[in-house]
Amino acid sequence: MPGHDVILSMKSIGKSFSGVPVLDGVSFDLRRGEIHVLAGENGAGKTTLIKILSGAHAEYQGNIFLEGKKIRFRSPQEATSLGISAIHQDLALVDSMRVLDNLFLGREKTRSRLWMDFRSQKARAREILEPLGISLDLEVPLSEYPISVRQMVEVAKALASKVRILIMDEPTSALSETEADRLFSLILRLKQQGCAIIYISHRLEEIFRIADRITILRDGRAVGTVRAEALSPEELIRWMVGREIRQQFPDRRAQLGEERLRLEEFYIPDPSGKKSYVVEDVSLRLRAGEILGLAGLRGSGKSELLNGLFGSYGKNVKGSVSLDKKPFRVLSPRHSIDKGMALQTNDRKGTGMIPGLSVAWNITLPSLKSISPLGWVKERQEESMARRQVQEFNIKISSPSQEAGTLSGGNQQKLVLAKWLQTRPRVLLLDEPTLGVDVGSKHEIYHLMNSLTAKGLAILLVTSELPELLAMSDRLLVLHRGRVQAEISREEATQEKVIRAAMGEGNVEREKRWT
Amino acid sequence: MFRSSFARALAALLFVVLIGALFNADGAFFRWDTHRDMLRHISVFAILACGMTLVIITAGIDLSVGSVVGFSAVLFSILSLQKAWSPWLAIPACLTAGFLCGLTSGSLVARFRVQPFIATLAMMVFARGLAKWVSGGKKISTAVLQPDGTYKYAEAPPVFDALNAKILAENIAVVTLIFLACVLLCWVILSKMRWGRHLYAVGGNEEASRLSGVPVSAAKLFAYGTSGLFAAVAGICQAAQELQGDPEAGATYELTAIAIVVIGGTSLMGGRGSIGLTFVGAMTIGYLEKILSINAVGEASRLMLTGAIIVGAVLFQMARKR
Repeated sequence: MPGHDVILSMKSIGKSFSGVPVLDGVSFDLRRGEIHVLAGENGAGKTTLIKILSGAHAEYQGNIFLEGKKIRFRSPQEATSLGISAIHQDLALVDSMRVLDNLFLGREKTRSRLWMDFRSQKARAREILEPLGISLDLEVPLSEYPISVRQMVEVAKALASKVRILIMDEPTSALSETEADRLFSLILRLKQQGCAIIYISHRLEEIFRIADRITILRDGRAVGTVRAEALSPEELIRWMVGREIRQQFPDRRAQLGEERLRLEEFYIPDPSGKKSYVVEDVSLRLRAGEILGLAGLRGSGKSELLNGLFGSYGKNVKGSVSLDKKPFRVLSPRHSIDKGMALQTNDRKGTGMIPGLSVAWNITLPSLKSISPLGWVKERQEESMARRQVQEFNIKISSPSQEAGTLSGGNQQKLVLAKWLQTRPRVLLLDEPTLGVDVGSKHEIYHLMNSLTAKGLAILLVTSELPELLAMSDRLLVLHRGRVQAEISREEATQEKVIRAAMGEGNVEREKRWT
Repeated sequence: MFRSSFARALAALLFVVLIGALFNADGAFFRWDTHRDMLRHISVFAILACGMTLVIITAGIDLSVGSVVGFSAVLFSILSLQKAWSPWLAIPACLTAGFLCGLTSGSLVARFRVQPFIATLAMMVFARGLAKWVSGGKKISTAVLQPDGTYKYAEAPPVFDALNAKILAENIAVVTLIFLACVLLCWVILSKMRWGRHLYAVGGNEEASRLSGVPVSAAKLFAYGTSGLFAAVAGICQAAQELQGDPEAGATYELTAIAIVVIGGTSLMGGRGSIGLTFVGAMTIGYLEKILSINAVGEASRLMLTGAIIVGAVLFQMARKR
């Protein structure tokens, strides 16, 4: 197209793994200074495409042209040396090393190729960080900074190698709303400097907020490339899924039953050992069939509330808890599971599942006692239990003995839910149930939440996606610095109200209490 | 081809056996005696490797087993030869001692979160000290000092002969049967029982296991305790084979045990592996050493070749992961 400066074009890219085509004739072009979103469900081929582009897959069909010159990368180093850097979900940083060392990791500045040149590294680091508006202590180990800052370090690291094309794979999945905002302004600044950005995300608002153009992949083929303004969210979903999903969220009509869970003046000490509380004086009631949404910024204590209640931090909590109107003592995860609680954590690979074990073994892990009288695992019962859950939760696997880590994100998440619902919980604690999950699987999870609550399950829901929280919760509790800042009914809830409360505004009564 | 780790382990074993068939030392390799002696020789190491497999599956390591072999060999000799205890008392006493050593390192790892390498390194040093302390630093044997300054060898108690015997018309050694029993026991634990499942879960992802209600500390205690118990079994066999309790016995055996587990294909990262792999690994190392020894390869070359072959086998095992 005349007038547009195409920096990169990929022509008829194909790739198969052990005979199964993952990408088939995908063409894609990228212009200087544009933010180009790659959209598609898990398994559509986005990750494979960017792995080819960043040199991680050397074998593929088709051609790549960088500024008109045909290139073929054999390693990520080759791609980086030509100014193509990828930031993956798992950051390529060494947490125990200083910020400075991380910025120049693998491209250390040296004198006579032998001696570290820290002075010019520092000077260059300031050159990079200042225009980005990031102020960091270069001498501090990276582990001292939160994940959001580490992500910015990763971006800065890419800049240190004079990046022309930056690839970001779901960079906001671990970030809170405000942190994501900072990242976006950073991305926009890079764009103004002429850097081209390929951006992968499952979050619709995010896509429409920053995208210039969107390329949609489905089942390994490019469905099309369009300008972001020319597309509505509904159309985007339809293109991605290949079928009509009328609404992003299903209708929700709650039928409330008896009280299931009650917290009175609940306190959770800081699990890192500091002498402070991460959750203070929280009281709440949850009824059968209800979804109570917990809103709040990162560090507001919402995730900690779920974990503390479940016993992840041990029995060191204060306050009274009752489950089914009977007093409940927080002791350990095992005790909570036995009493009818289940916690889906916000980090499926880290704390939710065991990637190296089979799907079947993952599903039965918390319920193992029920199928292993006297310690002997009844293999037939285990197999049928696994098969039933796989079917009920529509998990796509080749066999129950498949390794759980090889499933796509959406299927992994459904696996984690299947595992927990096998324990027949009465209260389900959900921490980011749709994190890094494609639109189709998200939809299934929403429907699942509806049908489970219709059967009387009570759900405490934490999610950083506000539209999801508003659509799925029957009532909202907004936390701010570990305390309840506001309680908002479903009818009154708006994004603005929730954000204001989360930032600590409003509620006169609370302010009085603080002073 | 060779899609599963087990197929790969078998292929490596087959390769070694083929070498044996090729360099058969004038037909020595085709005689059952050779194989029987290989099995007998590898048994003590393989028993250690069985316990080591459980520990490695939990993503740990047990460096103390060699020293526990020495300790229990000495203890068994003292109790049987000097104190003339009945084997029905001496054997359980030694097993208990080994089990307690394992439990101690296990509780350091599970309760006090000491890294397995360090906890068991400490136990390795400590158990060696124990062995020297109870034996006074001397070998415990049946030799009795005569007034004229010579030694007279007393008759060893029947339990020594029984453990050192070859049965079924001298076709298989008793220690080999003990080794096979250990393999069977571990197989039952790992693939049929809840405990075994917990070991894999803990090794695969400790935090996820804990949040799924797996008793993580108990699983670790179980693994290290069993490893200590098997080390005591190996120590008793060692004493029976040598007809004495040597406080230096078992030094570096832990390394052979680890090599057996690793050559089988069980991952040191934890969460993956099986006792079947360890069995095949034991056979591979056993044949390797036997073939080198029947061909009268000198010790220096033997060690270097063994080292090179371990690396080769492990690289072969890893080739699966692109």
